[in-house]
Amino acid sequence: MGIKERLRTHVGRVPNPVSEATRQAHARIRGAEVTVSVCPYCAVGCSQLIYTKDGRIIDIEGNYESPINGGTLCPKGAATYGLLTSPLRETKVKYRAPYSDHWEERSLDWAMERIAQLVKQTRDVTYEETDEHGVPVNRTLGIGHLGGATLDNEENYLIKKLWTAGLGIVAVENQARI
Amino acid sequence: MPGLGARLGRGGATTTQQSLADSDCIVIMGSNMAENHPVGFRFVLKAKTKGATIIHVDPRFSRTSALADLHVPLRPGTDLAVLGGIVNYVLNSERWNSDPFFKEYLTHYTNAPLIVSEQFKDTEDLEGLFSGYDPEQRRYRTETWQFAAEEAEQDHGPNAEPSSAPVDMTLQHPNCVFQIVKRHFARYTPELVEQISGVPRDLLITVAETLLQNSGRDRTSAFCYAVAWTQHTIGTQIISCCALLQLLLGNIGRPGGGILALRGHATIQGSTDIPTLYNLLPGYLPMPSTQAGHRSLREYLATEQPPTGMWFNLPRFMVSLLTAWYGDAATPENDFAYDLLPKISGDYSFEAMIPMMADGVMKGLFCLGQNPAVGGQNAVLVRKALANLDWLVVRDAYEIETAAFWYDSPEVRRGELRPEQIKTEVFFLPAALPGEKEGSFTNTQRLVQWHDKAVDPPGDCRSEPWFLYHLGKRLKELYQDDDTPKGRQITALTWDYPTKVLWDEPDLQAVLKEINGFTVADGKPVSSFRELKDDGSTACGCWIYSGIMPEEGYNRARNRRGDDKASLEWGFSWPNNVRILYNRASADPQGRPWSERKRWVWWDPEQGRWTGYDVPDFPVDKPPDYRPPEGARGLDAHAGDKPFVMLPDGRGRLFVPSGLLDGPLPTHYEPWESPVGNLLYPKTPRSPVAPLFERPDNPYHEIGDPRFPYVITTYRLTEHHTAGGMSRTVPWLAELQPEGFVEISPELAAELGIANGDWVVVSTLRGEAEARALVTDRIQPLVIHGRTVHQIGMPWHFGYKGYAQGGIANNLSALIEDPNSRIHEAKAFTCNLRKGRIGREGEHPL
Repeated sequence: MGIKERLRTHVGRVPNPVSEATRQAHARIRGAEVTVSVCPYCAVGCSQLIYTKDGRIIDIEGNYESPINGGTLCPKGAATYGLLTSPLRETKVKYRAPYSDHWEERSLDWAMERIAQLVKQTRDVTYEETDEHGVPVNRTLGIGHLGGATLDNEENYLIKKLWTAGLGIVAVENQARI
Repeated sequence: MPGLGARLGRGGATTTQQSLADSDCIVIMGSNMAENHPVGFRFVLKAKTKGATIIHVDPRFSRTSALADLHVPLRPGTDLAVLGGIVNYVLNSERWNSDPFFKEYLTHYTNAPLIVSEQFKDTEDLEGLFSGYDPEQRRYRTETWQFAAEEAEQDHGPNAEPSSAPVDMTLQHPNCVFQIVKRHFARYTPELVEQISGVPRDLLITVAETLLQNSGRDRTSAFCYAVAWTQHTIGTQIISCCALLQLLLGNIGRPGGGILALRGHATIQGSTDIPTLYNLLPGYLPMPSTQAGHRSLREYLATEQPPTGMWFNLPRFMVSLLTAWYGDAATPENDFAYDLLPKISGDYSFEAMIPMMADGVMKGLFCLGQNPAVGGQNAVLVRKALANLDWLVVRDAYEIETAAFWYDSPEVRRGELRPEQIKTEVFFLPAALPGEKEGSFTNTQRLVQWHDKAVDPPGDCRSEPWFLYHLGKRLKELYQDDDTPKGRQITALTWDYPTKVLWDEPDLQAVLKEINGFTVADGKPVSSFRELKDDGSTACGCWIYSGIMPEEGYNRARNRRGDDKASLEWGFSWPNNVRILYNRASADPQGRPWSERKRWVWWDPEQGRWTGYDVPDFPVDKPPDYRPPEGARGLDAHAGDKPFVMLPDGRGRLFVPSGLLDGPLPTHYEPWESPVGNLLYPKTPRSPVAPLFERPDNPYHEIGDPRFPYVITTYRLTEHHTAGGMSRTVPWLAELQPEGFVEISPELAAELGIANGDWVVVSTLRGEAEARALVTDRIQPLVIHGRTVHQIGMPWHFGYKGYAQGGIANNLSALIEDPNSRIHEAKAFTCNLRKGRIGREGEHPL
């Protein structure tokens, strides 16, 4: 029997009785906006589809067009929705004063200004224009940086550029060393 | 990635995950790929379905072993001995010596025929040391490691290597590289390898024979590795030994061949290419160092620019970078503001930073998506170091251990530290995640893929570009009247990115264009790094990414048209969209495919150019029979049959005259902490050049210390990610893997009276960690030097925040480094284990 004949007789051309509720049922993601993303976990580089409705993420799935993952995701990748929406997600700036035993809430603007002042203070005190032989080194060892392997390439670029080329911070490191 | 870089030219996976499906044999070693890269592993299974043999060499029987045809257990830390055994077997095998393919590949594409200086002495001559060792400094001088022709002229840079070095195409000269390699590995007999590693000799021979049967004109074999190779004091040399073996087998640059480095983070490759690493500038340019004599731009170029090969173009890359960073302040008259770029004078790697903080040298720290309180080696010392900082800025999506160390840590829980004693001023800034911002990741195969933004980040959450851009603006303002170098450094920095409406978010297309490179006069993007100039007329943030935006507004990382071959229209792969590196080697010296089955890139004599399924990783119009004229420079100095374009002579390096700090050839040394000495070279048990951190808060165990009789190795789980900040906080993942555990064998469990599920404490001189015992046959005791050695396995994801918690494996590990990569040794060290808990029942000191 050919495939067309099999479909016709087995799948059935005769309509089954369907309730109105079933008729109305559809995938949660129908009508959602789709954005192409990349899994933030390991380095396989699975492409993801982020489904949003009314500015909220409703689901994240594997992108079937990707030559790498072909629609699949591993347990971590499939849990990316939870990464973005976990109840533990922090959305406020927190500040802990020296010797304090608690967090305080502060504004983002206050924190940015305070951090800029601290960077300047520490940098000014620890800056080395030359080494002991008089060779220009223009650096500070007083400030360090960790992180990059979970960030974007553009972010790594701006980190290296601002910290190292702009401020002379040389101890800039990321997880590639681990 | 110096292991691959030193022998092949670039620190990146040589192949793609998809190409594994074309392999005839895949050896997974130093990786539990099915567990940690499950989706990539589907290409291994595709190959298996098509008939390939899959071999897993690993201490533990894991998900990868379960799906492999052959599982080969070895003692952690003996990978190089096993690889050396395979090299030795291959070189003496009938197949390798009878099939002309191997010698043809070797003589044309590698430095096997080059003659090495008579001054060179091998580990075979010096009981485990190479010539040039300085025991005081614990380092090598490399003068004796050079090729014969070079001895007369020692004054050119470390990469210099005349293309006219004498060769012996018959490979018979006693001092040609091939014969030196053969002698060097002669000691790695199956019998000795068995004694060192515990791998039964028959099994070793089976692996070597399988590789031999599946390498040649018509067949290719691939290797996959991960951090279980890098995290050793000889990690770089383990990887470089794999590269050496793959060159011997003719597997580099070919479909289904090569070496796939499996990375653990979404863009760990990208963060090495555009490095947030202390010793590199973007595109693998060395960071200027006073120790390397880089006092001026002239000296920097004189030291680092070789006369031949791709790196001859170094001045174009460096001057374009300085122009991108310092803009108008970079002029030919002031050496493009080279003085403003800071210089390094020592080791400021991650591990070196920890004592710098503990000792008060480093006073402020930014942690952007990294969690050293759990992920750092000797994590007890890391947390002490954090408590000694003046200030700490943590940017993350969750309150990770590093942000909380001052009120919650094993030390605070035990009452050893109280918040009132800790001076550190701590800022937690909530971060935006992918989905809430756009940008690109570079995956494990050097493939750059763009992710689009779906929604705005919640609350105060911001992207890193927002944070950096606005902090940079504030600092520029604070320094605007400072005319000293520290003021000029920041005020000269180009930092004028267009911003978008929401919160003045910097436009990342503009950042990507700067990374790609552009002509200064008209701001037009360059289409390739070949357009870069050394006169300040072009600016380029990372030359190996040039071509990612070949015209204004065209972002190739956002290309999304895949196919079942090279998928050249899916993302952008550096360099120049090449998918398989060194793919000139997929054709024979005359430019013809080695076989129809392994066709990939070949010479089209009618069109007079290289063509094929991939972008040729080779000058596209250089004919196979091209021979360089006298005095040729750059790539023009390479003949038409030299695929390794980054290296000075275009030949893959079996012997590395410079670029590796622990020797021109791989040698097995025991891990720094080992239950046994080195059977291969008893007088040199451990790496003679591994950087040590000898201080009271970082003690090491001596070889065979009876207090720490067990070998421990650390690893990851499918359901968790690195130090756990992105997984222990996620409900579904925490539910799947709710707490830490320690894997031990039934034999060890019986010896210590431990039942499955009992609490146990693992200890070293650095610290302790507790977890429940998982008693399993997956871990087997090994017989080493005639005695039983027990192994312990412990996932290192766990900590004291988030939903899923558990003992911190890095409380146990030590600060110690591979000299080349400066990566630590967490895959093999020694420990003790006892039944019970650290504190009283009901407490949770972890």
